[in-house]
Amino acid sequence: MAEVVVENVTKSFGPMKALDNVSMDFPDGGFFALLGPSGSGKTTLLRTIAGFILSDSGHIRIGGEKVDRVPVEKRDIGMMFQSYALFPNMTVADNIGFGLRVRRVGASEETRRVGEALELVRLSDLAHRKPSELSGGQRQRVALARAFVTNPRVLLLDEPLSALDKALRVDMQIELKRIQREIGITTIFVTHDQDEALTLADKIGILKDGRMVQAGPPRDVYDRPASTFAAEFLGEANVFDGTREGGGLRLTDGSLIALPEGSETAQSFAIRPENLSLAQEKPNGDGIGSLQAQMVQRVFAGAMTTCVVELSDGRRMKAIALDRDMPHAEDGSPVWLTWKTAQLTPIGSEP
Amino acid sequence: MGVLGCIWLVLILVFLYAPILIMAMMSFNESQFYQLPFKFSLDWYEALASNDAIKTAAIRSVLIAIATTVIATTLGTAASIALFRYSFPGKRVLQVLLFPPIAIPWLITGTAMLIFFFGIGLGRGTPSVLIGHVALALPYVIVVVSARLATFDPTLEEAARSLGASSWTVTMRVTVPWILPGIIAGGLFAFAVSFDQFVVSYFLSEPGDATLPVLIYTSIRKGFTPEINAVSTIIIVISMAIMLLAARFSNFGGDR
Repeated sequence: MAEVVVENVTKSFGPMKALDNVSMDFPDGGFFALLGPSGSGKTTLLRTIAGFILSDSGHIRIGGEKVDRVPVEKRDIGMMFQSYALFPNMTVADNIGFGLRVRRVGASEETRRVGEALELVRLSDLAHRKPSELSGGQRQRVALARAFVTNPRVLLLDEPLSALDKALRVDMQIELKRIQREIGITTIFVTHDQDEALTLADKIGILKDGRMVQAGPPRDVYDRPASTFAAEFLGEANVFDGTREGGGLRLTDGSLIALPEGSETAQSFAIRPENLSLAQEKPNGDGIGSLQAQMVQRVFAGAMTTCVVELSDGRRMKAIALDRDMPHAEDGSPVWLTWKTAQLTPIGSEP
Repeated sequence: MGVLGCIWLVLILVFLYAPILIMAMMSFNESQFYQLPFKFSLDWYEALASNDAIKTAAIRSVLIAIATTVIATTLGTAASIALFRYSFPGKRVLQVLLFPPIAIPWLITGTAMLIFFFGIGLGRGTPSVLIGHVALALPYVIVVVSARLATFDPTLEEAARSLGASSWTVTMRVTVPWILPGIIAGGLFAFAVSFDQFVVSYFLSEPGDATLPVLIYTSIRKGFTPEINAVSTIIIVISMAIMLLAARFSNFGGDR
């Protein structure tokens, strides 16, 4: 178990900068997500921490030790691969015990620790199966057990749940969190699924085009996005931008909206879809903002309904609410988009 | 398949196997002069057992084939893994250069080797024969093992490394078990190439030091006896068994 620190790491593949001066620290025992769209560099960062990729500049520290020139097999990591990469010629128990055999812990110690790991991932009955005889969820747990059974300093998971179908994925998220809490190993995982990152992680790093856009606890990143990209990528926030005029913001369609206290000079404001509501009548009251809009689409998904509305300048906004709270406006009919001014969040000027 | 197709297939099989079958039959015929009617006898096989020249040559052939198999399979497997795992300047050229030796006539290869071995002062003899056989067998091993490696997921090697395995351990515990059928098939090919090899052996072996095919050739020139049929029949049975095994292990390109 150890703290991992990434310091100003840069890596180019030819003319493309896969990682551009990336820094982030991962305190001991935490559960961290690297989030970003494909090509953002999140997997490159994970593989650099693992040692499969050597950085051009910058440093990786594991437990205070600089590991930039330490080969993968000497870094004392556990890694779980997107494809799981289970050894097809070995049983479940032999797969899990591989790292222990390499470390020559002895047969009885190996049996004991493999047994414990199997119990932790709830696969004790399948110890003698071959990987080809397991379901996707079972393989995922074998891969996880194999990665943590050696008690590595850091556990690296590459898209750990992406190969599972949605229902199983939610179950495995809960499992993964439980297991991580029990073993307490610093864990870093890569995902493109923002829900997964929000659900599992103590801290999220959002990457875009090889740069770390924002890092922080999920709630901070969610509530106070540092950039339009972070706001839109995490939770699909709506963004109002325009020019400052007095204490308000003049939008491109010409309307002026009121801004919360302390928003200084920000010119972009994010608001979460769940904080926008729709009404048939123009609402009144202090601290309530509203704009005339047109209903574009209603998407009913069980308890929640998502409505897409269009402002007069063509900009689209998304509102999510319980179905019973949504007005039953026809597509194309006028509605009022309303919000509490205090829920507008100023966002940084970064792209 | 139509009637014509069946006839065609039968003709091909007759064309391929009739001479071999006749030879095998004659090795069991009592008459020394291939006279019919056929009378079954094991005389020629008995004669074989007391023919020291043939026995010595057979043992030499088998020993050389085993040595060739071990050396060519080891080198070929190592080369295949290196070509699979690493990229280095000139890799493509090297890969392409591995194939022509399969297509170059053995007569040419044999002549070239003879000139080369005399040029470096090694001359004729068993070491030259062995080196020649390894050189001939190596491309076959690399082709077969590489075909198997193409089905191997390199992430498995990464997984093993992440678990602390050195590159030797990764190779022996993860990569080799997966490509083992290819290695076995490649080894059988190497054995067959060496055991059946005539031209290169004939060029490179010293008189009195002949391998079995060379001995058969020189015996035929002196006079044809059913003894030769007997030994040829044995060689055919062994070679076919090896080839069938190799085909089973290599599955000729498919995954098992």
